[in-house]
Amino acid sequence: MLYQQIARNKRKTVLVVAVFFLLLALVGAAIGYFFADTAVGGVIVAAILALIYLSIVGGQSADMVMRMNHAQELHDASQAPEFYHVVEDMALAANVPMPRVFIVKDPSPNAFATGSDPQHAAVAATTGLLQQMNREELEGVMGHEMSHVRNYDIRLQTVAMALAGAITFLANFASHAWWFGGGRRDNDDDAGGVLVAVGAVLLIVLAPLAATLVQLALSRNREYLADAGSVELTRNPQGLISALEKLKHAQPMTQSSAECASLYISSPHLNAAHGRGFSGLFDTHPPLDARIARLKKM
Amino acid sequence: MSTGWIIAIIVIAVIVIWYVMTYNGLVAMRTHVQESWSQIDVQLTRRNDLIPNLLETVKGYSKYEKGVFEQVTKLRSELAGVPAGDHQEKMNVANQLTGALHSLIAVAENYPDLKASTEYSKLMEELTNTENKIAYSRQLYNSTAANMNAKIQQFPSNIIANLGHFTAIDYLKAPESAREVPKVSFDD
Repeated sequence: MLYQQIARNKRKTVLVVAVFFLLLALVGAAIGYFFADTAVGGVIVAAILALIYLSIVGGQSADMVMRMNHAQELHDASQAPEFYHVVEDMALAANVPMPRVFIVKDPSPNAFATGSDPQHAAVAATTGLLQQMNREELEGVMGHEMSHVRNYDIRLQTVAMALAGAITFLANFASHAWWFGGGRRDNDDDAGGVLVAVGAVLLIVLAPLAATLVQLALSRNREYLADAGSVELTRNPQGLISALEKLKHAQPMTQSSAECASLYISSPHLNAAHGRGFSGLFDTHPPLDARIARLKKM
Repeated sequence: MSTGWIIAIIVIAVIVIWYVMTYNGLVAMRTHVQESWSQIDVQLTRRNDLIPNLLETVKGYSKYEKGVFEQVTKLRSELAGVPAGDHQEKMNVANQLTGALHSLIAVAENYPDLKASTEYSKLMEELTNTENKIAYSRQLYNSTAANMNAKIQQFPSNIIANLGHFTAIDYLKAPESAREVPKVSFDD
């Protein structure tokens, strides 16, 4: 069941990323069609814009992320031997270099990972997590974080942010251009032309929202994959299951940055009961009960 | 040059390139397996180095448990004596040593003063850490071996594997998780 779940998650990622690119292309085409009478030209411009965004966003360095989260680096096992040893174990099992290890002083149990590839990775855990979890549970949590590193999830998230940024920029540009009187001027009296025009407008207006929803869907999908990856490393779903059960009763974190929300093992702002139905679409993480249910099936 | 010749040359070139790439891939996999064995070896040596200190600490509190001490000491030197190439035997002896150490720890549970000492807690963390690392590096060895074994059997890489004499790799066994009742002997 484990390997099937992993394969299914990876397929879903491809689907979600494809939707992202499609959305970008459609917005580009709509704008191109509307303002310059060339859909293809619009797509090309959108693609160039996305590449520019990508080079700007680039990804934050691990030091910056850690500073934003007020994390302190551990250089060896002496301060928190069990934690440091567990991270060593996970790096060993995952066959990746040892990441940098950080601690965050916060009573709320949580952990996160950062770094665009395994060679530049860093992981952190809160003092709350270290106090409340036993070794087995800590392995489950850090296995989850190491899976994020191994799957290049941080890099994927950066790409998604760049694409979403490009889409939002294009949509804003289009709405400003309308305001200042741009757009098609020739008379399209036929129903087809009007429909296309309306469609293009709707698309441009709704695109930023769609981009956000897709980004969050991707984040949730990768969380499931990291859970499965953790089990692949530890060969013991029970550790992560009991860690997630404990997280259900956790208080939100006292200080955490909103940009990094999707990097944590559980959403730092929300209570764990969140995520039912429509409101769940705006969550970076799937509901804990759903994650536990999937783990129990492995 | 007729098109027939050109096609023949292209086909031969593709086959040669595929052969070389597959062969090199198998060599790389075999090297990974060997590398993951050396990881295990490092951890086994670390554990062997920990044992004298552990024995001394426990002996200080419970000099009556001779049987367990002797068993641990015997297996430790047996492990050091296994020839370097015999992975299966080394793992086998290492697993027995794991069992003996568990017996030692079970015995130490009977001595609250020992359990309370910081020296003992530090040693226990180190021992637990090393045991976990042995387990994880064995897991890595077995996954790397599994990848290689799959490649050796799958078509068409199995052709190259046979030609190049690549053999399937045996997996390393984990220790039996039998919970032994600690043998407390009070002979002196």
